[in-house]
Amino acid sequence: MKIPITYNVRNLRVRRVTTVMTALGAALTVAVMVSVLALVQGLRTSFEVTGNPSHLLVLRKGATSELVSVISRENFQDILSHEGIARDREGHPLASLEMITVVNLELPGGKDMNVNLRGIEPVGWRMRDQVHLYMGRMFQPGRREVVVGRSVAQKSPAARLGGHLQFGRGAWEVVGIMDGGRSTFNSEIFADLNQVSSDYQRHDFLSSALVVAQPGRMSALARDIEDDRRLNVLVKPEQEYYAEQMGNAKPVQFMGTFVAIIMAIGSAFAAMNTMYAAVARRSAEIGTLRVLGFSRSSVLASFLLESVLISLIGGAIGCLLTLPLNNIETGIGSFTTWSQLSFNFHVTPQIMALGVVFASLIGAIGGFLPARNAANRQIIAALKAR
Amino acid sequence: MFSYLPLIFRNGVRNRRRSILTVLSIAASFCMLGVLMAMYTLFFLTPATPDQALRLITRNRISFTNTMPMAYEQRIRRIPGVREVMVYDFFGGTYKDSRDAKNTFARFAVEPSKLFIIHPEYSLPESQKEEFIKRRDACIIGRPLAERLGLKIGDRVALIGDIFRTDLDLLLVGIYDSEIDNQALFFSYDYLNESFHGRLDQAIMFMLMADNAASVGPVAHAIDDMFRNAPVQTKTETEKGMQLSFLSYIGNVQLFLIAVCASLTGTVLLVSANTMAMSVRERVAEVGILKTLGFTPDVILGMIVGESMLIAMCGGVFGFAIAQAVIGVLRRLPVLFVNLTHLSISPGVALMGVLLAALVGLLSSALPAWGASRRGIIECLRLAD
Repeated sequence: MKIPITYNVRNLRVRRVTTVMTALGAALTVAVMVSVLALVQGLRTSFEVTGNPSHLLVLRKGATSELVSVISRENFQDILSHEGIARDREGHPLASLEMITVVNLELPGGKDMNVNLRGIEPVGWRMRDQVHLYMGRMFQPGRREVVVGRSVAQKSPAARLGGHLQFGRGAWEVVGIMDGGRSTFNSEIFADLNQVSSDYQRHDFLSSALVVAQPGRMSALARDIEDDRRLNVLVKPEQEYYAEQMGNAKPVQFMGTFVAIIMAIGSAFAAMNTMYAAVARRSAEIGTLRVLGFSRSSVLASFLLESVLISLIGGAIGCLLTLPLNNIETGIGSFTTWSQLSFNFHVTPQIMALGVVFASLIGAIGGFLPARNAANRQIIAALKAR
Repeated sequence: MFSYLPLIFRNGVRNRRRSILTVLSIAASFCMLGVLMAMYTLFFLTPATPDQALRLITRNRISFTNTMPMAYEQRIRRIPGVREVMVYDFFGGTYKDSRDAKNTFARFAVEPSKLFIIHPEYSLPESQKEEFIKRRDACIIGRPLAERLGLKIGDRVALIGDIFRTDLDLLLVGIYDSEIDNQALFFSYDYLNESFHGRLDQAIMFMLMADNAASVGPVAHAIDDMFRNAPVQTKTETEKGMQLSFLSYIGNVQLFLIAVCASLTGTVLLVSANTMAMSVRERVAEVGILKTLGFTPDVILGMIVGESMLIAMCGGVFGFAIAQAVIGVLRRLPVLFVNLTHLSISPGVALMGVLLAALVGLLSSALPAWGASRRGIIECLRLAD
């Protein structure tokens, strides 16, 4: 027979100071864990949104990023000759030759920031449907104009609409600001491919090619281009390319997990303490329950449940504490591109669920020994205690 | 006050299980606090060594992956206040199986004859120095690294290039000792250039040494100003400054450390306060008896606060002891982006830890102790059933 849960709830209410303090301890632990997970998730979401599932990225063989890759105009023509590239309504292939480099922008206070500069042609803009202009207009081919990502515009005063950026061989006018949703394009600058490549004297040698595969022909097209003897290139799904960059979050993830585990050990000890005190105080009650016919296992389950309940309250508070973090912008540097990546904390329901599970685990581990202690008491001794 | 110490101690060990659990819980948090405070000190508070303070590194303003014309070296040399300058190229590359973290270490192409002027703290026998300067394919490595890789003088070290598309076959001619930065491999830039048939005209970094501390700032400005309007601009930072630039790539490390330390302190406060609340509640009758015996409220207050401080400080000291062990492990991590080989709990941090523990003990017991000491005798005795 089970001991009703209201018994536990009422007990928690009677000992509310202890309950609240123990729960808050668990809450801080959960909050730390959830915030680290939300940070990592934010970066992951950002990369997931950036990579389009129908895009293939073509890089030079051996290149680990667009930044160190070289694709020539001749290579690009060879890539276009392959079957399986999707076309737009006018029959033009959906393939974008791009040049990526890093520019350094000055920030107020003598600081500076590295930003990815992407030279593209109009098709490259059309292929990225997660990005849209939200202020100003598109840059015009043949002019020294740029469209900057929203978070770049926020950080650098020179990158506001109508401002001028200094890079390459001179000034570029900011004619538009783009919103890439959660994608990393918020941290990039787009400009005309020919203008950028001539500024950097890389007219024939650009960085990468992005192609849209016809439905169902992703892997066939990838293999086809990779096998082309003229090319010596590496083809990978754009999503995979961005997923690989999650490695940048490793140090934060490692540190965060380490801290959360140590804190959890501390919280489990605290929970154990609280439960031992509860068991000691309620010795006579335990005896009475047993006299009433509740079995040892019911007593064990009841105390274990009580401990889990306390930590669950803590877990819920911990999740609530981290909610304000959601959508707050943060940034890390990328070791792949050596530029600043901005993204938002992303507290997902899954992460919160994980936080609550983590909390109940703390409660279960902390509560087990005291609960067993309660269950193993002899009835007479329990009734006589105190 | 000290005559009450035995009584405080006795009270502390009365409910042994509770005290031990509290100490363990506080210790877990303090272990983490110790590690994080040590990191904070290492990253943000440790001043550069005298030699280190004189060293500057010039690189392309944009990033380490962009290069500068080799010719910049001669122009930098002419700036007043520069004692010596050498090319300092990060070779990258792979040694044996790169999946084994043990094989991860930094490799630099340098000018051997200048290395020991810029790094006077690197000590190795004169004969090894001469060999390193003379032989084109020679390399030297730091002692801890040599021990980790099981390398001895005369061994060959093969590196497969990635940033530089060439493979190197180096001969180990020397093992150097140094307090800091002792986990790198150095080889000759001429040898690297040779494998490109002398066509390397770009450099990744230049390392230079200033004449004295006063010229460090002006030299850095002079260099960056000189190339301000050149096609390739430079950024010159002190060695320590560059380490901080690297760190900023991981994220806002400073904020992360402070936020986590604050949560840890909060947790410890809660745990300790909970324990004291529980133990005072159990002891109400006793407090009544003590008062009957003539103990003043102040003494009772002091005894409870003292007990709490004793427990918190036990936890703190134990936690820092574990932290010391954890740091021992972290120090052995391979040096790549972050150098943790000199992570340690300084006496200052240790003192701060003990003070923090004492403060936690004080704050967490203040409320229950105050309540117990002010409660009337009759009430105390009645409350105890």
